[in-house]
Amino acid sequence: MPQTLAQKILQRHCDEPVGEAGSIARCRVSLVLANDITAPLAIKSFEAMGAGGVFHQERVALVCDHFTPNKDIDSAEQVRLVREFARRMGVVHYYEGGEVGVEHALLPELGLVGPGDVVVGADSHTCTYGGLGAFATGMGSTDIAAAMALGETWFKVPPTIRVEIDGTPGEHVGGKDYILRLIGEIGVAGALYKALEFGGAAVRALSVEGRMTMANMAIEAGGKVGLFAADERTLAYAAAAGRAGDAALAPDPGAAYERTVRLDVTGMEPQVACPHLPENVRPVSEVRGVAIHQAVIGSCTNGRIEDLREAAAVLRGRRAARGVRLIVLPATPGIWRQALKEGLLEVFMDAGAVVGPPTCGPCLGGHMGILASGERTIATTNRNFKGRMGSLESEVYLSGPAVAAASAVVGAIAAPADL
Amino acid sequence: MRYAGTAHVVGANIDTDAIIPARFLVTTDEARLGANCMEGLEAGWVARVRPGDIMVAGPNFGCGSSREHAPIAIKGAGIPVVVAHSFARIFYRNGFNMGLVLIEVGDGYAELGDGSRIEVDTGAGVVRNLDSGAEVRCQPVPPFMREILDAGGLVGYVRRRLAGEVR
Repeated sequence: MPQTLAQKILQRHCDEPVGEAGSIARCRVSLVLANDITAPLAIKSFEAMGAGGVFHQERVALVCDHFTPNKDIDSAEQVRLVREFARRMGVVHYYEGGEVGVEHALLPELGLVGPGDVVVGADSHTCTYGGLGAFATGMGSTDIAAAMALGETWFKVPPTIRVEIDGTPGEHVGGKDYILRLIGEIGVAGALYKALEFGGAAVRALSVEGRMTMANMAIEAGGKVGLFAADERTLAYAAAAGRAGDAALAPDPGAAYERTVRLDVTGMEPQVACPHLPENVRPVSEVRGVAIHQAVIGSCTNGRIEDLREAAAVLRGRRAARGVRLIVLPATPGIWRQALKEGLLEVFMDAGAVVGPPTCGPCLGGHMGILASGERTIATTNRNFKGRMGSLESEVYLSGPAVAAASAVVGAIAAPADL
Repeated sequence: MRYAGTAHVVGANIDTDAIIPARFLVTTDEARLGANCMEGLEAGWVARVRPGDIMVAGPNFGCGSSREHAPIAIKGAGIPVVVAHSFARIFYRNGFNMGLVLIEVGDGYAELGDGSRIEVDTGAGVVRNLDSGAEVRCQPVPPFMREILDAGGLVGYVRRRLAGEVR
């Protein structure tokens, strides 16, 4: 039977034949992940389970990236608990301090995730690794504790929605715009319990970073995973990250899809998601002029080097408008260093930006950019739920890096072409 | 199992930031999380809840982050059951793992008005509005999830696995 990418990857990790959509598959996992917010609960459950050790010391990653550098005493206590657990269990991939980056930018960079892997993480944006051709999905802490103990988990085999994206995008239009447009079309529950499988000429032309940006937001449509075939670009990325033995991966011709959604990106404008749901998507021209107080460039969605280059290209020789706080958070130490070498950080400083450490920080209203009531931000992050970045009376607009940068300069939502 | 209580209706696409905003995620304590349940929807929301009350929601309840603190906060607020049109998938798993009963009723949730007295009978697969007399059928619990529930949740299930009692 021809298989979708989801079925194909699950089959590699499953002893029984992987069945139709809706059946249960028990799979071995390639990597299990938790962070400073979710690991403490996972550890609590792990201990309650009576587990003596993790299933594999090199296949568990604990990344303290959300409230770090620790924002208060409570978060410091949580990180201490994770650190001590990592030490006790001999977990090799424990990250904090100068080694930590935003988990979903960090793990691909370190070569810890790759094509054909099954990855589960106690973080909803674990689906990011679908950009590399991994079946990767978020779960709660107790599911993750079970996976840490057993090295396996169970999935309901998801039905797949095939998304064909064709056409040639204009300048300043990329992965973030494609995925926002898709979520605008199918809605925040449009892929509930389902796999999204991306293909088409525009997807093949997209960098691996751009694909990860798209896969990252599969959860914003309710999706279990957002999958991309692993092609020569993927293999080059994986090899550069120090991985060996990865192979190309594609769905079988004739695989069964629940439905196919088609997008043509030729002539498409940059997209913006308006408060308070990621499905409230409009072309930038329809929201132009909405005044902002803050612009955030960073996160697991758009904090990679390509994103910083895009933002810097818009900001070069320009300054953020008076009254706008421009916050740039390179997603990993590697990206930070690269941006430094390329002179991007200087461009940001010249534009009046605050350049901060790698952290999830403001994306989830943690720290380093919290909004007061009545304030509005544009952000390259992934969620604009009510109160997500601070006060219940604040507003978050989502966009790609070029629009966020242009908006910072104007002091209101703007397209790069408006400058 | 049977549960009866006053319905507290919330809307569609209630996200986990509404259920428990990230600023409260500096603890794993059920009571502390419960005291701030739904604080991202409305300040002081939890004050209306009496132990045993039931939450009723529209489609895609629990969308957003994977934080298990969300079902814990609901339990901590004294709510043992959520009846919804549908649930976001991570939240659905988390609910079962935490022992929070989740009942999917599709469009029938509209029969369960705010403030009405409702009864959930998981055995009979029915939710009743005791004020209006309306009855809503609910989806049965999938067999594999029942195995986990039978072990008292995922922690109990893994304990049994690690002890070699089940395969």
